[in-house]
Amino acid sequence: MKKILKLSLIAIAVIGMNVNAGTFEKVKKEGVLHCGMSTGFAGFAEMGDDKVWKGFDIDMCRAVAAAVLGDANKLNNHSLTSKERFIALQTGEIDMLARSTTWTYSRDTSLGLNFAGVNYYDGQGFLVAKSLGVKDARELDGATFCLQTGNTTELNLADYFLQHNMEYKSVSYDTDAQVIAGFKAGRCDAITTDQSGLYSKLTVLDKSKYIVLPNIISKEPLGPVVRQGDDRWFNIVKWSLNAMITAEELGITSKNAADLAKNSNNPEIQRLLGVNGNLGEMLGLDAKWAYNIITQVGNYSESFEKHLGVNTPLDIKRGINALWTNGGILYSPPFR
Amino acid sequence: MAIYEIEQSQKSPTNTKGPIKWVLDNLVATPTHVIFSFLILGLLYITIPPFITWAIIDANFIGTTKASCTGDGACWVFIIHKMDFFIYGFYPESEIYRINWVFGLSIIFLLLFKYTGKTFKAKIALFSLFPIIAYFLITGGSFGLVEVPTDKWGGLMLTLIISSIGIVVAMPVGIILAFGRQSKLPIIKSFSIVYIEFVRGVPLITILFMGSVILPMFFPEGMTFDKLLRVLIVVTLFQAAYVAEVIRGGLQAIPKGQYEAADSEGLSYWQKMLIIILPQVIKVSIPNLVGNAIGLFKDTTLVLIIGLFDLLTMVGLTSIDSHWTGFATEGYVFVGFIFLIFCSGLSRYSKVLEDRLNTENR
Repeated sequence: MKKILKLSLIAIAVIGMNVNAGTFEKVKKEGVLHCGMSTGFAGFAEMGDDKVWKGFDIDMCRAVAAAVLGDANKLNNHSLTSKERFIALQTGEIDMLARSTTWTYSRDTSLGLNFAGVNYYDGQGFLVAKSLGVKDARELDGATFCLQTGNTTELNLADYFLQHNMEYKSVSYDTDAQVIAGFKAGRCDAITTDQSGLYSKLTVLDKSKYIVLPNIISKEPLGPVVRQGDDRWFNIVKWSLNAMITAEELGITSKNAADLAKNSNNPEIQRLLGVNGNLGEMLGLDAKWAYNIITQVGNYSESFEKHLGVNTPLDIKRGINALWTNGGILYSPPFR
Repeated sequence: MAIYEIEQSQKSPTNTKGPIKWVLDNLVATPTHVIFSFLILGLLYITIPPFITWAIIDANFIGTTKASCTGDGACWVFIIHKMDFFIYGFYPESEIYRINWVFGLSIIFLLLFKYTGKTFKAKIALFSLFPIIAYFLITGGSFGLVEVPTDKWGGLMLTLIISSIGIVVAMPVGIILAFGRQSKLPIIKSFSIVYIEFVRGVPLITILFMGSVILPMFFPEGMTFDKLLRVLIVVTLFQAAYVAEVIRGGLQAIPKGQYEAADSEGLSYWQKMLIIILPQVIKVSIPNLVGNAIGLFKDTTLVLIIGLFDLLTMVGLTSIDSHWTGFATEGYVFVGFIFLIFCSGLSRYSKVLEDRLNTENR
């Protein structure tokens, strides 16, 4: 089944390669951005009591809507399961995908898709009880792990332990809730999954008794995805993300953007906010495209802190997702 | 005049009546009885008290945030707080009254349906009027109602919509397929057989997946179908094949004399089938039809694999709200309870129908 699906994905990618131009025009004409997102992932796409989707991935969609349509709320969210997501993009049901999707070689090259950057550097990690006294994953020789079936978690785990010449056992569960229940019941010594997922599990557990280990055993760069063959749209999504990162770097926030647009004499800020130069025109967008992103969605840091940061129940630290100037690896090409 | 004292009646001996007798007769009559009684009572003893402790004694019912749940037991606060999601999905707060109207109307229509007695035309009218009213109320976009797109539908409401449309629309389609399978016309017959056998040979989850993932590949670029509509079509076509087989069983159970009698009256094919045969078929098929309906009702939960938020998927979504993480168990217990109510209700109803339509042994 999986193989057939993969083959058909590749087939449709080849057939559909040349007919995918004009996403920008389509979005403009419809006046709404169709954005693919997950069916629920704490911090990235979740729904609070106000019945509005929000989260870090949703903000990525909102940023593009703000850049193209001038209004971050002109958004139509499509909840997609992990099996549906690429097909929905390839068939044109959605205009872009922001669904915690890992950028990998095979996805980038064989599916007719382009990854427009990385908005979150994730990686597989470990969650253990503090009472275990483990400070580093390399001390976990012989441990038993609770994990969820159906993704690459187990493969990464096997690779890591083989590489370090250690033994392990694993207990597989079907859902998140079962993993936590199994862990609480003492069926395993540690939970392993992507770190973003570990932090959401930590919200259920007693934070004073459990920790997420610093080790990351796999690279999971997550980012927005667009169809291949529509370079203009690809650029728009890519630079919408870059605008959020650069805004943080330049200290532009949703609060001070209006003020900086009037008073700042930093040329890059002026260019980004559309006061000077013709950056908007080069993308075929309004001069205020980046200004709209920053005022309506916020810069990278604002979005991160609002949905994932230390003041949210998830309590995720910036880590490698900090700016390159702050010890992270977040780096945007310059706006000029 | 002789005075008769009322003699004090004696209690019957304990071994002929009362609870002790019942226990002797039913729980410990033979060694096998003893073993099974012991096993089953033991099983109940180790499962029921902890569940009651968790669900009622240690549970939290009152509060507004996660912090209200302090005990070791269930956090029903979560269910109460998220009730909107479980029942109405993402339906806008201000429009929820429309769904309540539909719920209310469905009860009114059911009562009307019951009390219109044997007036067949009134029943048909009621039966076709309700879906139309419900459709306009739920989708909106006319009569001054705000349009609510289908991606805002969810929860119990969506489960009921999918299953009721599936069950109701599949009936006529299934009946026609069953007639087709018995037909003397080779094309109709072979089409019906191939269709029924194909659909029955493939699990619903596969067909849903086809409808949602593979089918769009064959559409021209940019053409998209409403996801819910795709699901409704798939579910209906799936259910129709099963209904067809149940009806076929019923058709075979009708004595040949009924067909011959109808023929000798000079009735046409359709008159014969609709007036003489079908009513009897439906009567004998009720238990199986209801069994199928219950199966479909539960199968609707499979829509979670294609990203629709039915009642079960809602548990997943509500329990990842970062302010309310960790109450998935409560969610699943609650949803299981709702399914139990609906499914047992349906099977009770089928029993009532059976008894009412049972004209043979009275």
